[in-house]
Amino acid sequence: MTELSHRLLFDMMRIRAVEETIAKRYGEQKMRCPTHLSVGQEAVAAAAGAVLEPTDLAVSGHRAHAHYLAKGGSLQAMIAEIYGRVTGCSRGKGGSMHLIDESVGFMGSTAIVGGTVPVGVGLAYPMKLKQTGQISCVFLGDAVPETGVFFESVNFAVVKKLPVLFLCENNGYSVYSPLGVRQPPGRKLYELVAGFGLKTFHGDGNDARAVHAALREGVDAIRAGEGPRFYEFETYRWREHCGPMYDNDIGYRSLAEYEAWKLRDPVLALQRTLIGEGALSEGEIAQMQARIDSEIDEAFAYAEASPFPDATDAFTDVYAGPA
Amino acid sequence: MSTSFAAAIRDGLATALSVDDSVICFGLGTDDPKGVFGTTLDLHKEFGPDRVFDMPTSEAAMTGIAIGAALNGLRPVMTHQRLDFALLSLDQLVNNAAKWRFMFGGARGVPITIRMIIGRGWGQGPTHSQSLQAWFAHIPGLKVVMPTTAEDAKGLLLASIFDDDPVIFLEHRWLHNMKGEVPAGDVRTPLGKARVVRSGDAVTIVAMSYMTVEALHAVDHLASQGISCDLIDLRTIRPLDWPAIVSSVQKTGRLLALDSGHLTGGVAGEIVARIATDHFASLKSAPQRLAAPDVPEATTPALTKNYHVRAEHIVEAVGRMLGREVETASLVTKRQFPHDVPGDWFSGPF
Ligand SMILES: Cc1ncc(C[n+]2csc(CCOP(=O)(O)OP(=O)(O)O)c2C)c(N)n1
Repeated sequence: MTELSHRLLFDMMRIRAVEETIAKRYGEQKMRCPTHLSVGQEAVAAAAGAVLEPTDLAVSGHRAHAHYLAKGGSLQAMIAEIYGRVTGCSRGKGGSMHLIDESVGFMGSTAIVGGTVPVGVGLAYPMKLKQTGQISCVFLGDAVPETGVFFESVNFAVVKKLPVLFLCENNGYSVYSPLGVRQPPGRKLYELVAGFGLKTFHGDGNDARAVHAALREGVDAIRAGEGPRFYEFETYRWREHCGPMYDNDIGYRSLAEYEAWKLRDPVLALQRTLIGEGALSEGEIAQMQARIDSEIDEAFAYAEASPFPDATDAFTDVYAGPA
Repeated sequence: MSTSFAAAIRDGLATALSVDDSVICFGLGTDDPKGVFGTTLDLHKEFGPDRVFDMPTSEAAMTGIAIGAALNGLRPVMTHQRLDFALLSLDQLVNNAAKWRFMFGGARGVPITIRMIIGRGWGQGPTHSQSLQAWFAHIPGLKVVMPTTAEDAKGLLLASIFDDDPVIFLEHRWLHNMKGEVPAGDVRTPLGKARVVRSGDAVTIVAMSYMTVEALHAVDHLASQGISCDLIDLRTIRPLDWPAIVSSVQKTGRLLALDSGHLTGGVAGEIVARIATDHFASLKSAPQRLAAPDVPEATTPALTKNYHVRAEHIVEAVGRMLGREVETASLVTKRQFPHDVPGDWFSGPF
């Protein structure tokens, strides 16, 4: 348990520090692509990373840095990708919104809302056929259950009893649109989805250990052949939808709401709990932070020292062979 | 007073909403604090949330809903922050909107306007930057509009909204901050009429949307070297103003068609084909085209330097067509900011 808690905390602190460093350095104009940060939302990613096996597969959307890192993706390759370098995980061609590391089962994240949901279900089909024991994790935001393709995909996953974990981080907003303009009052996404005949769950997305416990049970059940499940966790994005800044001044959400969520910082919360339990000291946290910071420094240095792709790369990778 | 293209769009929407109660306006972020790059800013405050509203991320359904609302008397204007998001709604656009009038023997048409913003630069990458006007223009029943100037943005938008057929209205993100004079009131620029931007006798250059801006730099640069070109801004891709192109080619004998979309199957190819097949005798040299290469646009700036057709490429092409040396270095050095931004005011992320 302590080991797990340490891992969750470390992964959350690492994700937080990576995202904050991107935010800090974004203004240098060297990361020339739209970038969606998940500061404040680290808990779900970290818990999922701890539950999923390296051989399990995952897909995600535009806000995927945390998912990629939690699934074991390379920090160096991710930062290099955001810098548009050839050493990036997509050789610079994809940028922040198109991350991939198949070696750890991160099969790709794409930028069109809902776009990878059926892909994640498709990944699960051969798992079922060949009884590989793997599961497919589909990371999604609260806007995704507004798309037709989401329900079409869930339906198929249920029909075929596929090993899919639909993992929804509900941060209350789609860009600047609150849930209230996108779903009727009182509607719960997990209840809505349950109508398709799969087990659905709902919980606090800022409590990493609780998320982990819920997912642990669910992933085991999915792996045992139960079929798909849908998990919705409530959480909050601190910074602007896209880009490095805070945007509480523009009026789509209240400062009070933001402050209230900030008090529920998932990283600080776990730190406090672990210190309170005597499972971790301030000194150990500082050591973790130092390790993380130096890894991040190295990753940024690596990205900046990496070459850009050669101009001829613009024409490669469109087809498997010469077209 | 000089107005930005984005403000002109907003002006056009406000005008349409005020002159006709049947106009409604919706799309993701329509009523948010940014108002779709300022193009819909605060319209909901002026016209109320029943007529100007946000929507769920349900592009396919909302397009069909616009079609149904139009069949029942409204004139919906739907907006996509990127063209690429509208691809989810292709079935509704192609199988319903474009076919309705035809397949029901003219019983009723679908007066919808679908605004789509074409992204580019600063890492917009493969799924936020596509210039797919050729796709839409390929579909009989759809009209396709691509304004360049702020004045045309308003005039063509109003004409589109009050047109009785479905119109795909394509705005290039790099035009949103360009300024120009925009007349007040309900001014409508007819669809299907191109604009002659510059007159000359050496080469006919046909452009659309942001390509017209690059072409304008090229044409003025060529003029300084004694080469005068006709520059035609298509304004609408379908219906396409063939008489304007034909009469220009009859004058110059040379055609260079520009396209912001991919080369294969693009609008420029259609223009070259039509002129070559139907007006071969008017041509003094083989018609040419410049378009984006047949590869997706990469996110890294390292791979986009020559992805888009720029003024110097146009100048070089004209030089090749005329068989003479043209100088481009001074044109290139005049550019003050990196190739992946529309101006020095832009520092990302969108
Ligand atoms: C089909 C489609 N429509 C619109 C967009 C624009 N868009 C990008 S991110 C986003 C918000 C999605 O919200 P959510 O799924 O809740 O994820 P979050 O950003 O909150 O993490 C939208 C609407 C898009 N990328 N794709």
